[in-house]
Amino acid sequence: MSRRRWDAIVIGAGHNGLTCAAYLARAGKRVLVLERRPLIGGSTVSEEVFPGFTYSACSYVVSLLRPWIMRDLELARRGLEILPLEATFTPFSDGRYLLRDGDPERTRRRIARFSPRDAEVYPEFGRVMGELGRLVKPVIDNPAPNPASLDPRELWDMANLGRVFVKRGFDWLAAEYKMLTMSAVDLLSEWFESEALIAPMSVSGIIGTFLGVRSPGTAYVLLHHYMGEIDGAFRAWGLAKGGTGSVASAIADAAREFGVEVRTEAPVERILVEKERATGVVLEDGEELRARHVVSAIDPHRTFLGLVGEEHLESSFTRQIRRFKLRGSSGKVNLALDSLPHFACLPGNGLHLRGDITIAPSVDYLEEAYDDAKYGRFSRRPFMDVVIPSLTDPSLAPPGKHVMSIFVQYAPYHLAEGIDAWPARREAFGDAVVSTLAEYLPGLEDRILHRQVLTPWDLEKTYGLTEGNIFHGELSLEQLAFQRPVAGWARYRTPVRELWMCASGTHPGGGIMGAPGALCARAMLGQRGGGR
Amino acid sequence: MPIPSPFHPRLERLCTSYRWKDWAGYYAVCSFDHGPDLEYTAFRQAAGLIDVSPLYKYDVRGADAALFLSQLLVRDIRKLAIGRVTYCCWCDDEGKVVDDGTVTRWGERRFRLTAAEPSLRWFERAIGGQRVTVEDVTERVAALALQGPRSRVILADCSDADVDKLKFFRATEAQLDGVKVGITRTGYTGDLGYEIWVDADAALPVWDAVIDAGRNHAIEPAGLDALDMTRIEAGFIMLDVDYYSSPRVVLDSRKSSPFEIGLGWTVDLERDPFVGQTALAAEKRRGSEWQLVGLTADYSELEQLYESYGLPACLPATASREPVPVFQGDRQVGRATSHMWSPILKQQIALASVRSEVAALGTRLSIEHTVEFERSSVSAEVVATPFFNPERKRKP
Repeated sequence: MSRRRWDAIVIGAGHNGLTCAAYLARAGKRVLVLERRPLIGGSTVSEEVFPGFTYSACSYVVSLLRPWIMRDLELARRGLEILPLEATFTPFSDGRYLLRDGDPERTRRRIARFSPRDAEVYPEFGRVMGELGRLVKPVIDNPAPNPASLDPRELWDMANLGRVFVKRGFDWLAAEYKMLTMSAVDLLSEWFESEALIAPMSVSGIIGTFLGVRSPGTAYVLLHHYMGEIDGAFRAWGLAKGGTGSVASAIADAAREFGVEVRTEAPVERILVEKERATGVVLEDGEELRARHVVSAIDPHRTFLGLVGEEHLESSFTRQIRRFKLRGSSGKVNLALDSLPHFACLPGNGLHLRGDITIAPSVDYLEEAYDDAKYGRFSRRPFMDVVIPSLTDPSLAPPGKHVMSIFVQYAPYHLAEGIDAWPARREAFGDAVVSTLAEYLPGLEDRILHRQVLTPWDLEKTYGLTEGNIFHGELSLEQLAFQRPVAGWARYRTPVRELWMCASGTHPGGGIMGAPGALCARAMLGQRGGGR
Repeated sequence: MPIPSPFHPRLERLCTSYRWKDWAGYYAVCSFDHGPDLEYTAFRQAAGLIDVSPLYKYDVRGADAALFLSQLLVRDIRKLAIGRVTYCCWCDDEGKVVDDGTVTRWGERRFRLTAAEPSLRWFERAIGGQRVTVEDVTERVAALALQGPRSRVILADCSDADVDKLKFFRATEAQLDGVKVGITRTGYTGDLGYEIWVDADAALPVWDAVIDAGRNHAIEPAGLDALDMTRIEAGFIMLDVDYYSSPRVVLDSRKSSPFEIGLGWTVDLERDPFVGQTALAAEKRRGSEWQLVGLTADYSELEQLYESYGLPACLPATASREPVPVFQGDRQVGRATSHMWSPILKQQIALASVRSEVAALGTRLSIEHTVEFERSSVSAEVVATPFFNPERKRKP
């Protein structure tokens, strides 16, 4: 048994765990971070799976990384560079395409080919969503509001949040209410008539959930997307140079400078609980490490049902944790390409390859993809979000070669044949992805030098994401804010004293945001708030 | 009316934005597409290629060329070895800066000097009886700046220059796609980068060869908007923006000494006489009134300021040359002359001229910022420049 006693042990060196550790150490705490894998980053990771090609294996776009965290931890100085990802390109099967980019007039003309009315409504929609996003932005920079609290400070915060909407008038409140209850497609259909816009825009509402674009509640998730876009004004939206792993390595660099020790290949077997209090951890090799606080940067299921154990929890809490939905619904395919592929509808290199490429040709297409998933099959023709980061960041691939990152939905964790059927179905899933994409990019197959297919099963086994859920729990409305992960325990504390939670399974949720990690640290240090 | 540069036939086809400006009488591209983002990113992540032909260029030759330049420039050019480049400025008799540029020693008696303003007369009238000629080669010589982390491998691919041996601020002659060129490891981005000097007649094949070699390295043709952003991050000043040329201004208060614009390090005082020496020595003893400093604005305050108007902090995507006052408390103590939101640093940064007593690193000042037609100010701190200084810039 190690004699050394830490102020805090953080389980998991994902970007939230590292952020939490860095903030704690910056305040003078002695912090140890334990990571099961040989490399840090968790799902925020760059891996050279195939020689010469660096994949952002899991997460691939930085959208909501809080600018105040970038400044507090001086991430720019530590090598984090966010590269622009400005355009959204949607090819259609009839040979047409829609390219939306930062040039408003050009974008208007392109949308007008589908609908002149939509072309005019588009910037207005952006303004309204931007405004709504700005109104709810304080929510992601602060701990979750607690509606049951009688603490005057708490009530004041709630009142302020309410006042923002009252001040904006009833229309805004109504708009916000619609956002919370409608489906992405219904909301977008109130604004637009052309599916060429509705379909690709609606997918922001389903990413990482087991819902379809016509499922109620998905409109709200659109808003997260727009919050990323407002920050786009300060360039927090884009690709990380060197892959998303450089987010984690920059944060780790800060953490180490503040004195944090990071141990890799140190899998935690269980959290030590004595008299309802967390006192340390036991590693798989039997080593026991003691700390004043234990912080879990892994998902709530794995934390409570895995490392803590039901014997230390009240059954009502265990029940709620079990009900917390993870339901992984997506996979990832990473390709090493011998040369740049060309779209049949818009051949050649250009801005359209340097942004998000969205394979979402129609609403029915997306619903059919969801239908497959509902009955335990991966989508035969899935929704895909594709980026080719090597076009902007040539360090990711050898000269003239490219990496392509494909986010794929749906790939249900629970296959009809059972979870364990995934390894045998993995390559078939990869084939479905590549052949669907090749309908738009003819000859894609012939350019592939290497293919990495990550199913929800792989995401669970390799990256420790329970059920392969990329957000440590769906970002559906009933699992957000003061309900994340469990009502009454949304402030990073847990029923086990001195055990804290700091990752995507807590408020404000998933994505490379850093907010859960930083807000948890602040809560532990007895500080308030985030941004300012 | 500007005229086309030797690279214009290529630029014209690529410049889909039609955003041109007049740079020293030439058409120069602001940005090829709707904004400078991708071009800026290319400078910092891959490679950007920009036409810098409009720079004024002078060939100084003759047995007395080194002595002549040493008498005119604040640096002792006699010490500059063949194949080396130096950066410096030149002053009037009062020690006020006339212009700044690079000097490359191509041979024992052969130099090339760049300038921001027409300078032939300034140099010629100082010749006296010396065995030296000054020739304006601005129109005859075309120039490209290839800047960014990938510039080295691109140049290695398309030329026979031994780029791995070419150190920071060194020059070499080379063949580039069969064309004789001069290559200097210099630039205005503060990054790894090179400038390629070529006869105007042979400009186009050189452009094509560099672009071809760069295709595998994510090269982008870049314009002045992106260049302006990188030069501010690099802490490089610009004539007519951050300072003014002494013979061209009316008010004495507009004139600056090298010490006042961050170029004190280029001044060799202890040597044979040169133009401005006495005044500069006196200023060195006395101390300067002004200093050029870097400022970073407090970003949270900036956000709060916008928030108080119900706005997100929407800062322009390009650099601004609109000078704004800098304050200490209520007292104006200077002006910020170049400012921008740095995408790489996630900071609002500025180059500013401030009174020497408030120029120490870490000094808290404030900088004017206008939101919705109303002037306010935001806290700022004096910081060291360059704001951004990657190791690869100087790395052998």
